Amino acid sequence: MASRTRGWLAIAAIVAAGLVLTLVIEERYHHRVLTLVFLWAAMGLAWNIISGYAGQISFGHQVFFGIGAYVTVLLVVKAGLTPWIGMGLAVAVAVLAAVLIGLPTFRLGGIYFGLATLAYPLIFRIVMDWLGYQEVAVPMIRDRPAWFMQFSEPRSFDLLALGVLAATLVLSRVIETSRLGYRLRAVKENEQAAEAMGVDAFRSKMAAYVLSAAPAAVVGAVYIHAILFIVTPDAVFGLLVISQTLVVSLVGGIGTLWGPLIGAAVMVPVSEVLDSTVGDRLPGIQGVVYGGALMLIMIYAPEGLYWRARQLIRSRAGRGAVATRAAIAPPLDDAVASAPTGSVLLEVRGVSKAFIGLQALSDVSFEVREREILGVIGPNGAGKTTLFNVLNGFLLPDAGQVRLRGEAVTGLRPSALCRRGLGRTFQVVRTFPHLSVLENVMVGAFVRERAVGRARGIADAALAQVGLGDRGEDVPSGLTTLELRLMELARCLATAPRLVLLDEPLAGLSSDGVDVMIAMIRRVRAGGVTVVIIEHTMQALLRLADRLIVLDQGRRLAEGAPGEVTRNPVVIEAYLGKRWLARMRAPTC
Amino acid sequence: MVLAELVQYVATGLLVGGVYALMSIGLALIFGVMRVVNFAQGDFMMLGMYLTYFYAMSGGVDPLLGAILTIPPFFVLGFIVHRGLLARVTGGGDPQRQMDAQLILTLGLSLVITNATTMILTPTPRGIRTTYATQAFALGPILLNQARSYAFAMALVLAAAVYVFLTRTDLGKALRAAADDPEAASYQGIDVRAMHGLAFGTGIALVAAAGGLLATYYPIEPSVAGNFIVLMFVAVVLGGLGSIPGAFVGGLVIGLVQSLTLLVLPFQLQNTGVFIVFLLVLYLRPQGLFGRRARTV
Repeated sequence: MASRTRGWLAIAAIVAAGLVLTLVIEERYHHRVLTLVFLWAAMGLAWNIISGYAGQISFGHQVFFGIGAYVTVLLVVKAGLTPWIGMGLAVAVAVLAAVLIGLPTFRLGGIYFGLATLAYPLIFRIVMDWLGYQEVAVPMIRDRPAWFMQFSEPRSFDLLALGVLAATLVLSRVIETSRLGYRLRAVKENEQAAEAMGVDAFRSKMAAYVLSAAPAAVVGAVYIHAILFIVTPDAVFGLLVISQTLVVSLVGGIGTLWGPLIGAAVMVPVSEVLDSTVGDRLPGIQGVVYGGALMLIMIYAPEGLYWRARQLIRSRAGRGAVATRAAIAPPLDDAVASAPTGSVLLEVRGVSKAFIGLQALSDVSFEVREREILGVIGPNGAGKTTLFNVLNGFLLPDAGQVRLRGEAVTGLRPSALCRRGLGRTFQVVRTFPHLSVLENVMVGAFVRERAVGRARGIADAALAQVGLGDRGEDVPSGLTTLELRLMELARCLATAPRLVLLDEPLAGLSSDGVDVMIAMIRRVRAGGVTVVIIEHTMQALLRLADRLIVLDQGRRLAEGAPGEVTRNPVVIEAYLGKRWLARMRAPTC
Repeated sequence: MVLAELVQYVATGLLVGGVYALMSIGLALIFGVMRVVNFAQGDFMMLGMYLTYFYAMSGGVDPLLGAILTIPPFFVLGFIVHRGLLARVTGGGDPQRQMDAQLILTLGLSLVITNATTMILTPTPRGIRTTYATQAFALGPILLNQARSYAFAMALVLAAAVYVFLTRTDLGKALRAAADDPEAASYQGIDVRAMHGLAFGTGIALVAAAGGLLATYYPIEPSVAGNFIVLMFVAVVLGGLGSIPGAFVGGLVIGLVQSLTLLVLPFQLQNTGVFIVFLLVLYLRPQGLFGRRARTV
């Protein structure tokens, strides 16, 4: 694919440009700046994997930088081991540390994750002090300098740093274009929707964390040999390391491999020049520049230079072009109403769920049969959405059991249930807003397909199936409510579900939209998929459902064929009201 | 006698914890009302220490009074910082992004303040000489450092004043309303942006005053912020992010933990006890001791 080769070519061009600079530059000091640019770009890229792609802002990433530095140097000092091998061991230690840190820390959401990551480098700092490693110098080894990463020729360090950068760029590019990359972006955009679409958020974050720890450790090891020569807890675990990482990444823009590259190319030379010209008169000028840069970028371009520039170019190029949109016609109602086959697909037994002071579900039992459309109906607060949240694993029931095709699935994560064939949509559509419509649907397709190309094919087909075949390149914010609901349905269908839970798919639709949606749901069922649907309005469900369940105040009030249920006096009393009765009797309705 | 030693450690911990409690209240107030994690809180504390030092050096003002006198200028400074910097970061309507962006903004602010102070005032540590810094009250075998005791008492008074302000005055109630539900509060005619400025100004003023109290017995240097910001974070998380009484208790607990850690670990490892408590709280009870668990689905 064209854009694919372009990405690799761009990386090759960057590395070539780095090589040229390395060869052209003469002065020793300029080589130092170049090495620093390469290393900080690589460090920013490493951080970007967990914080940019996966959206888990880590304020403690210097832990891995420091581990890389300390392990490598201590191996030289204590065991006489070459840093070329020591670096590998350092990466192993960093990966182990990432697993040990990630296991508990990824249970925390939002701001708690960032706060917790603050603590780890501080603990390392204290422990290193205590162990007596306040200052560990790289010992000079004169007989085999290259074997101990001690070059006198500054170009060698440039090349080494460039090599680290190139490897990190390749790693970033591989992640960006793989299933993991799509999943990380989905987790970042909307973790719950990602889970419901079969993405194990915890495992994805863990993978990203490990992948971002490894290059950080390598950067730390090289940094010590090229720049610092002496390891101190403050120099490698300190706030300035993470500040510099944040600066290059955020100034450039996160979530793309170009961001840290641009950020490092801009910020590192600026701060180095300031440091060398006024640094001895004004110690701390680097900190002021970095802090100022962070503040300015957050106020004026919080998305970073790369995204800001791209937006400017796009808006200039896209001006005047008005998107034409074809109205979606309801699909031909070719679906033959297939009679439910009768075998039980989902079995719900005695499910109860209470929130503080509120019994949302009490002792709810029912069965869903293969290839039926089952309507769940009830007034606001009846527990309908809570029921769905229990069924697809967002909530753990206090009591009761759910069986899917005979297998007890209570307590499984939503992603595990999705892999077992249970899809769902949400009452308020949950999109991945910065992914295109096609990419939104691809996240679902990745449940069954690892390869990106084939997943794209599945997603294309799913979009065509719901009538959005020509909207794949749009972003969700450009879609109408109907289109959004259809996109969510396509995303759900792309997971190849056996059973879909549709939470008020008709809410907010015009009457034409309702017709389209109803025809679409019938067609889904005709394709062999069982449907459970929550709906407010009885009228729509009467057109659609084979059977109805009525919930009221968390209890199952009635169950049966639509005709029976609507004549049930208990249901009329609790939910439909006398006016319904009057209207049903009147011939005009 | 072992028991006396234990009581001594507890008393020392509580005295230090009182000042931690005061600085943590400021951080909790800012987070509770604005949902901003203020990384620069420690730096404002450091500036408060310096202002108290200058009051003492130029006017001979006793630091205990000087600490109080830091409140008006820092309130104004906080209000300006909010209006000029924080209020301009919106995150494009996404609360999580806004929170991240504001956090990073305050991190940048912290770097600027620490390093600019180093540039202007040099990294040399300074101290305020007081007669009471080296004296102690004796309660039987227990010795209470006078400076810490006075600082503790004043921290309690200020914390109580904040509590009364928040619960008894109309302005305090409006502030809490803006914290609980900014949208509903704005429908009630409450100027939410002004409330945020008020919260930030008050939070900064409190931490500056805590810095002034700290300056009676702690060396004053530009890098002092780093030692305390993490303690404040821990105290605030311990108490439940945004809970003011929680932060107060959290501060006391941190002082206790720091002090009691010395009974079992060497001095360099004093803060590991604090971080272990921090991580345990995050893992076992992330809503803190006083926080409410938010519904997620």
